[in-house]
Amino acid sequence: MLTKRIIPCLDIKDGRTVKGVNFEQIRDAGDPVELATIYAKEGADELVFLDITATNEKRKTLSELVNKIAHHINIPFTVGGGISSVEDVQLLLKNGADKISINTSAYKNPTLINQLALEFGTQCVVLAIDTKKEVDGNWYVYLNGGRVKTNTLCIDWAREAVERGAGEILLTSMNNDGTKQGFALDITHDLSTQLSVPIIASGGAGTMQHFSDVFEIAKADAALAASIFHFKEIAVPTLKSYLSNKGISIRI
Amino acid sequence: MKTVIIQYNAGNIQSVLFALERIGVEASVTDDVKQIEAADKIIFPGVGEASTAMTYLKERKLDQLIVSLQQPVLGICLGMQLMCAFSEENNTPCLGIFDERVEKFNSNNQQLKIPQIGWNNIVDLKTDLFKGVHDQAYCYFVHGYYAALGKHTIATANYGLAYSAALKKGNFYGVQFHPEKSAIVGEQIIKNFIEL
Repeated sequence: MLTKRIIPCLDIKDGRTVKGVNFEQIRDAGDPVELATIYAKEGADELVFLDITATNEKRKTLSELVNKIAHHINIPFTVGGGISSVEDVQLLLKNGADKISINTSAYKNPTLINQLALEFGTQCVVLAIDTKKEVDGNWYVYLNGGRVKTNTLCIDWAREAVERGAGEILLTSMNNDGTKQGFALDITHDLSTQLSVPIIASGGAGTMQHFSDVFEIAKADAALAASIFHFKEIAVPTLKSYLSNKGISIRI
Repeated sequence: MKTVIIQYNAGNIQSVLFALERIGVEASVTDDVKQIEAADKIIFPGVGEASTAMTYLKERKLDQLIVSLQQPVLGICLGMQLMCAFSEENNTPCLGIFDERVEKFNSNNQQLKIPQIGWNNIVDLKTDLFKGVHDQAYCYFVHGYYAALGKHTIATANYGLAYSAALKKGNFYGVQFHPEKSAIVGEQIIKNFIEL
């Protein structure tokens, strides 16, 4: 049976992990490769690397890092952050990334999704959406790391992206992100049940119960989190056996 | 011992090369007929679309080469599907090594997301390719088409229906999942293939 996926996310700047981490066994907390290797050994199902570097050197640094990661880890990984062209993607895939994620660039130029799907296959195109529930009760798409609001509904953009060839949706709720109060179950459920591609839920993970809720109630296919894993508030193996004991299909 | 990865217009070649490196196996990536023929072990990887890949193989006569190989050959994902008789993906006649047909997952099944992406277990494991791999072991799959069950099936997976997770006929092996991305289970399977 296909399992639900647990995905730790690492933020990268200038080739180093940004957020502090709290692993005793780690020698260099800033080394993404070492951290990624630990997560892979602990049973993470996939990894996401989000690059927040803003310099001109970005492309080269990132592709070198991707190459290093691909040498060392034996599970699939996605790379995102500032990817805006077929050439960017080609370079990352050539260096061993399994998937890439696109966000603002795809919203501004939706044909990018079609181009990437045609060139590399839908399986490696992950569309990331940052979304926020407004006072009118609707979920809207936000761009540029959540700084720019649009008038597009999250479900509409997600549906269009899937039609264009997005193979997965990485959905981050800005209302929930950083709160540790749980994932946004309503919008995750809407996307999971209305779209034909897998949904990765992100933002709000604080307890193990939150993960079981997002799988059982919101029907997410995968759940992504960063700080709770980095700070060892929840260890991947503990989380996975908790979910498995609850009868959720999990790779142990 | 010479291991060769067949180079063609399909993705994930690099990942296979890195996976071999991790288990200490040196390999070269080539589309050169002589080098492929001289290899001890041949890996035929692939992520992509069937008809485009078949056209590319035919243009370079790699189709005739692959079916004539006598040494162990391992097809991965699209590589395995291309070794079958026929793929529903753009109605493509394939290499015909395995009689099994490649069909599309039924998208009318609302519960099923297509492509299947993620970890699924493999059961009814046969042959030394799965030596040391336990029944129900998890492997990483990414695919919208599957090979039906047949007489060459040596591992079964289930996604809406039971299908071939691996096939074998003589010296030809194929796996639908990605051993290069399937953690230690995948490493064991690659090691087993190299040691065949």
